[in-house]
Amino acid sequence: MITIKDIEKGFIDKTVIDGVSSTFETGKCNLIIGASGSGKTVLMKCLVGLITPDAGQISYDGEDFTSMDEKQKKIMRRKIGMLFQGSALFDSMDVAQNVMFPLHMFSNMTLGEKRKRVEEVLDRVNLNGAHKKFPAEISGGMKKRVGIARAIVLNPQYLFCDEPNSGLDPQTSLVIDKLIKEITEEFNITTVVNTHDMNSVMEIGDRIMYMYQGKKEWEGSNKEIIFNNSDKLNGFIFASEFLKDAKDMRMLEIKGKIDNNRDMEELLK
Amino acid sequence: MNIFTRLGEFLLMLKGMFTKPENWRMYWKELMHQCVELGIGSMGIVAIISVFIGAVSTVQTSYQFVSSIIPRSVIAQIVRDSVILEFAPTITCVVLAGVVGSKISSELGNMRVSEQIDALEIMGINTKAYLVLPKIVAGIIMVPFLVVLAMVLGIWGGRFVGDISNILPHELYDKGLHDTFVPYNVTFALIKSYTFAFIITAIPAYFGYNVKGGALEIGRASTTAVVTSCIIILLADYVLAQVLL
Ligand SMILES: Nc1ncnc2c1ncn2[C@@H]1O[C@H](COP(=O)(O)OP(=O)(O)O)[C@@H](O)[C@H]1O
Ligand SMILES: [Mg+2]
Repeated sequence: MITIKDIEKGFIDKTVIDGVSSTFETGKCNLIIGASGSGKTVLMKCLVGLITPDAGQISYDGEDFTSMDEKQKKIMRRKIGMLFQGSALFDSMDVAQNVMFPLHMFSNMTLGEKRKRVEEVLDRVNLNGAHKKFPAEISGGMKKRVGIARAIVLNPQYLFCDEPNSGLDPQTSLVIDKLIKEITEEFNITTVVNTHDMNSVMEIGDRIMYMYQGKKEWEGSNKEIIFNNSDKLNGFIFASEFLKDAKDMRMLEIKGKIDNNRDMEELLK
Repeated sequence: MNIFTRLGEFLLMLKGMFTKPENWRMYWKELMHQCVELGIGSMGIVAIISVFIGAVSTVQTSYQFVSSIIPRSVIAQIVRDSVILEFAPTITCVVLAGVVGSKISSELGNMRVSEQIDALEIMGINTKAYLVLPKIVAGIIMVPFLVVLAMVLGIWGGRFVGDISNILPHELYDKGLHDTFVPYNVTFALIKSYTFAFIITAIPAYFGYNVKGGALEIGRASTTAVVTSCIIILLADYVLAQVLL
């Protein structure tokens, strides 16, 4: 479980994160959603320590991350895996080398064991037969998979994904989302995902935090989000007239059903 | 950003490089890789440039040589000394600032912009130590070698051209090479090359490592890096000559 309290971050001329508090639960996909520029990436980078927040506390399962020195943070980071928006694969290495890199750096495994582990995680993300390909030679969806494989190769306890769907078609997005959810549950990881994709929200959003201009505007689950009463969030979800109409119709339908049921109940009395 | 902020950032980057490596073997591998990239990768261009510089020096010295009282073997001495003192270290390093500097700067800039540096940091790797330090150390190891190579080939280029264009026969050239040779000149050239090696690796690394933005900024950072290192090389060249000669 990751707890954040009153996180603030500003850059020279503007406040980007404005007093955000929340909890990210273990074994669940915790989503941070919001429009482009709402501060999702900055918040995530604060969480993992790539950006130092101006104020606030971050704690990983009770351990205060904000007050750690560089050395302690480094140790903490061994427990963190992260998938970056553009995948951030190392250009000069092929797929297998990319995934093997953290093992080379941090494990005492023999080469055979490392190879086996790489095989395992690449299997886990359903990526076979691309070992010798370079990042420039594979598709966006494959890059994300390699990114996930590299992020989980050292068995992290915390997984961060920054826009895992950016640049992917809806179907591939769904596959990546499901993969993230499966991995989260299988290994009981605390996963935090940044997204602006409503498909993922509905698919994997165990817990959702909606950011609006650097502030937390709404929090809840994917079951609750459709019936939220925040105008800003509704503006974000039902961005097009078409969706707005669809929602209204669905609401009428549901209402109708409820009314019908009530009528039925009344008749049965 | 003003020059003092930049200087401060630069010094902080250098300071940040010195932490205990997460894994010695990986650092060693990276260092060897950089030595090959910087050293072996630049040998061709250094060879071509230095042969021509030596050749041109011979031709031009002979052209300026009007008196018949001075023995022609002096041409060899002049070529030798100017190649060792100035051409081999300085011109080689100015060229390397372009070749190596833009490479370092754009490599790091690309890694920064595509978040590869963040990806390494998140793994718990000190990227200043893992990415920047090996490049500087590789430069300091390999550049002096390249400079010595440039000296040898430069002098050889002069000798070769002396022969083929009938400026002076190589027997005379060789005799000139042995006359009034000052070994300190070579030491001086090596001191210069160590200094320049640091300049042409550390400065581009700084500009590349701190790129913000996108592809356009990578290109811009490369240009700034090369221009800045060239100017600083020439400044350092002057200062060293004043102090050490
Ligand atoms: N290093 C930075 N310097 C200045 N402003 C930044 C920096 N990083 C992000 N921002 C600004 O912070 C805001 C939030 O950015 P970001 O977190 O990337 O949004 P998103 O929700 O799309 O991920 C944007 O307005 C962006 O311009
Ligand atoms: Mg973002």
